[in-house]
Amino acid sequence: MIEIKDLKKSFGEKEVLRGVSGVFERGKTSLVIGSSGSGKTVLMKCMVGLIQPTEGHVIYNRNIDFVAIEEKERKEIRKEIGMLFQGSALFDSMTVEQNIMFPLNMFTNMTHKEKLTQVNSCLDRVNLKGSNKLVPSELSGGMKKRVGIARAIVLNPKYLFCDEPNSGLDPQTSILIDELIYEITQEFNITTIVNTHDMNSVIGVGDYIMFLHKGEKNWEGNRKNVLLEGSKELNDFIFASKFLQEIKTKMVI
Amino acid sequence: MISYRFFSQFGQYLFLLKKCFVNPDKPSIYWREVMRQMVEIGVGSLTIVVIFSVFLGAVLTVQTAYQFTTPLLSKSIIGSIVTNTSIIEMAPSVTCLILAGKIGSSIASELGTMRISEQIDALEMMGVNSAAYLVLPKILAGTIMVPLLAIVAGFLQIYMGMLVGKWSGVLTQEEFMQGSIQYFIPFTVTFGIIKATTFGFIMSSVPAYLGYYTTGGSLEVGKSATRAVAASCIFILIFDYILAEILI
Ligand SMILES: Nc1ncnc2c1ncn2[C@@H]1O[C@H](COP(=O)(O)OP(=O)(O)OP(=O)(O)O)[C@@H](O)[C@H]1O
Ligand SMILES: [Mg+2]
Repeated sequence: MIEIKDLKKSFGEKEVLRGVSGVFERGKTSLVIGSSGSGKTVLMKCMVGLIQPTEGHVIYNRNIDFVAIEEKERKEIRKEIGMLFQGSALFDSMTVEQNIMFPLNMFTNMTHKEKLTQVNSCLDRVNLKGSNKLVPSELSGGMKKRVGIARAIVLNPKYLFCDEPNSGLDPQTSILIDELIYEITQEFNITTIVNTHDMNSVIGVGDYIMFLHKGEKNWEGNRKNVLLEGSKELNDFIFASKFLQEIKTKMVI
Repeated sequence: MISYRFFSQFGQYLFLLKKCFVNPDKPSIYWREVMRQMVEIGVGSLTIVVIFSVFLGAVLTVQTAYQFTTPLLSKSIIGSIVTNTSIIEMAPSVTCLILAGKIGSSIASELGTMRISEQIDALEMMGVNSAAYLVLPKILAGTIMVPLLAIVAGFLQIYMGMLVGKWSGVLTQEEFMQGSIQYFIPFTVTFGIIKATTFGFIMSSVPAYLGYYTTGGSLEVGKSATRAVAASCIFILIFDYILAEILI
């Protein structure tokens, strides 16, 4: 479980996060949604310590304040975090297999054979069996994301962060990736946080949904009430297209 | 204002160097990375060093001979001048300026690309010390391999100088060798190696710093690479002078 309390971040004069609070529970897929530039990536990076928040707390496991602890202790927690970056961030100089094996090389004393078994089972998990020897430049966007997910889960993390896992993918592939993340979350009972502005994800996998608007939490709920309840801003965000607006009007009638 | 910026950047540079030595996680992995970088920097730069040195050696002999047309001096002096210029300046310093262009731009653009595509963030997220893993092996490899390349350059330049002297009929091989040996100062070799080692450190650490702290997009990666080469060359020239003042 991760709790954030009144998280604020400014870059110079510019306030990007203006006091965001919320609870992300274990075993659930939590979504942070919001339009481009609303601060989703900054929020996620604050939560994992890649950006130091100006104010506020990020509490792991009910008692560890990630903002306050030393870099050394952070490193320990980070070994339990898997993260998928917006641009996948695969290591260009390594093959798919080496990418996924990298955390194992760094942090375990497994034999090569054990590592390979673990890598293959992760590749299998993301439906990329047999792509071990490809290099990142040979992969499509969707494959890169899946390799990114495989690398993120190879050490069996307790926390999984995904920054826009389905941006730039076709609707079908993007639903597959959402389902993959959802299943992994349930299978391993981990805390998963996903940044997205994809409506299919919102309706499909949102156990908990936080809507960010201009750096503030504008609304929170889940996939059941996201369509009918919600603030004006949320409605504008979700029903951005005329077509959906018409459908909604009909639904309500 | 400019000096303020210089000092804050210098501080950041020292900070990065310090970060390289903070608890590396698994020595075996770092060692493998050092080896990989040594091959990349050493073997990767061999061709350019060979081409450059072969021609420079030839030019040295031809031009030195041109300046010594007087029959009063023994021809072997040409051998001596070519040898000493090569050992003191051409092999360590001028070769390093060429190498700074190649090695510096490749280090800066590699790290810059890793920074903007979040690969460095990804390493940090895994709990890996990205400076120790990415920067340290490059600096070690540069500091070890550049002096070796400079030694290769020195030998080639002198040998080519001798061959060209013979081919063009300026002086015989024996005259050249005699001059080389007669006026040989052993300290120049030490001096040359000290210089090349310093320059190897400069041309790997300065570009690593500029690449590591790149912000923005691919345009900025290009800018970092250009700045890295320019800055490395300037620092090499400055230290060339400082070392000459201190050591001779
Ligand atoms: N390092 C930074 N320096 C200054 N401003 C920044 C920095 N990083 C982000 N910002 C600003 O913070 C705001 C939020 O950015 P963020 O990347 O979190 O948006 P986002 O919600 O992830 O958008 P997208 O959906 O497009 O990824 C933007 O206006 C951006 O300009
Ligand atoms: Mg983002």
